[in-house]
Amino acid sequence: MAATTAPAQPVRARRRIGRLERSALAGVLVREIINYSSYWRSVTFSSTVEPTIYLLAFGFGFGSLVSTVAGYDYVEFVGTGTVATAVLFSSVFAAMFGTFVKREFQRTYDAILAAPVDTEELVTAEALWIAIRASVYGCAPLIVSMFFGLDPAWGMLLVPGICFITGFGWASAGALISALMKSIDNFSYVTSTLITPMFLVAGTFFPISGLPEWAQIAAWFNPLYHCVELVRGACFGFDGWVDVAHLGVLLFFAVLMWRLAIWGTGRRLID
Amino acid sequence: MAIRLRGVVKRFGAITAVNGFDLDVPEGTCVGLLGPNGAGKSTTMKLLTAQAIADEGTIDVLGYDLPKDSKVARAEMGVVPQLDNLDTTLTVEQNLRVFTYLYRVPRAQRRERIEAALEMANLADRRDTRADKLSGGMRRRLLIARALVHRPRLVLLDEPTVGLDPQVRQELWALIDALRSEGTSILMSTHYIEEAERLADTVTIMSHGEAVATGRPAELIEQHAGREAVEVYGAPAKLREVEAAARAGGMSTRRTGTSVAILRLDDATNGGPPEGERRPANLEDVFVLLTGEEIA
Repeated sequence: MAATTAPAQPVRARRRIGRLERSALAGVLVREIINYSSYWRSVTFSSTVEPTIYLLAFGFGFGSLVSTVAGYDYVEFVGTGTVATAVLFSSVFAAMFGTFVKREFQRTYDAILAAPVDTEELVTAEALWIAIRASVYGCAPLIVSMFFGLDPAWGMLLVPGICFITGFGWASAGALISALMKSIDNFSYVTSTLITPMFLVAGTFFPISGLPEWAQIAAWFNPLYHCVELVRGACFGFDGWVDVAHLGVLLFFAVLMWRLAIWGTGRRLID
Repeated sequence: MAIRLRGVVKRFGAITAVNGFDLDVPEGTCVGLLGPNGAGKSTTMKLLTAQAIADEGTIDVLGYDLPKDSKVARAEMGVVPQLDNLDTTLTVEQNLRVFTYLYRVPRAQRRERIEAALEMANLADRRDTRADKLSGGMRRRLLIARALVHRPRLVLLDEPTVGLDPQVRQELWALIDALRSEGTSILMSTHYIEEAERLADTVTIMSHGEAVATGRPAELIEQHAGREAVEVYGAPAKLREVEAAARAGGMSTRRTGTSVAILRLDDATNGGPPEGERRPANLEDVFVLLTGEEIA
């Protein structure tokens, strides 16, 4: 073994360290980015190909039976709807499985929390990173749809932002689910009872106006529905205050899930 | 004082893992925290990084009050965990790079610190090797390098050589000794007696969440086991007789598996110990005397 370096002198001037510091967030983000360089191919493949398959299957399948839905060509309807599916898939599952594995199996969080990083910063940085990825992956179905007739529009430039807010909310929700579950096997219950119904009752593949009234009311409590509506607004024209309400619900969902994820993760990591 | 704990209590439901624990780690020294499994060593380590919050007592680390100022204290300390938590798909250098960010090493110094850590851990020629391709000893060295990449004033080593073969263990001992000689304060939990005896300036023996003895290894041996021990071998029935006679004569005994060790020979009141192999008393004798012979 070679000689070590002497310890640094204490920096008493920097005694106070606050909450949600940029350097702590950057540290966690850099860790995620460097790790991402080792697995980006597989994640990008599943996050873009899966929703594209949905898009093609529904687009060609239903598209041959139905030409227009809710005033849109069906391929436009499903192409814009699938954006929300891509965001959901690339955020909630990444957060659920990723945080559980890092916490329980790899013990990564023990290492991070031994550094000057708090649970709040850890959860926030990880949700931000997943949201950034979701905002990119969410655009894939939109780009594919353009090859099948979706006309480009300036409003589409807002889609990554809508995907980011939605992805942040779902990433936080995934971290919360992970913190509440004792076993990774229990994720199946959440997927079957919560995520799959939400994914179907969001106006992605068929309009919710055709559903029973109770399902239409339930859709307003589904963040994915608000994402779908906002994406359609960005692509085909916004609907005034209704879209402001959609945005408000998405922001509320994101902030609520973020705080709950911090609370849940703290309970699991700090004895 | 690098670490000062007073009356620290940590409960997990009905179980009290740390029970009124006091500990001092003077600056620039290596203190060994010795105890059997379940004594509360790992919980104590978690309390020092605020990954566990004490129910009672005060914790002072590098002059900072925990858990209130734990984040700033963590910025000035490094932690080598008992369980390997490296990013296995990253290379050696990438693992260190991540922690230069987490520990807020200034941008201009990152390269130099990574090189110094690689050099110190003797991993410079493995910089591009993925962590999951390293041997157990190399991974452990990388964990230590990772904890030192920001040049901390205090290092917490939680069972640093557990599960490693003797050659690797000696290599790590040399590294820890070099750290100490450069003035870094070290708290090292271990259940390897030899490790504590060789590396620690002072030792605190922990049992059932409490400190049962504190002092320099030589002083603890002298105080609790005497200068010499006599090992008596024989059939179980004979060992039981020897044990009973030694205790009746004011001496202490401990089982070593195949023999009985008679300790505190100076306290003998019945003509001294029986015939047997004489050897210097050691810290293991003290450890077993103070923490008991039963397996928890």
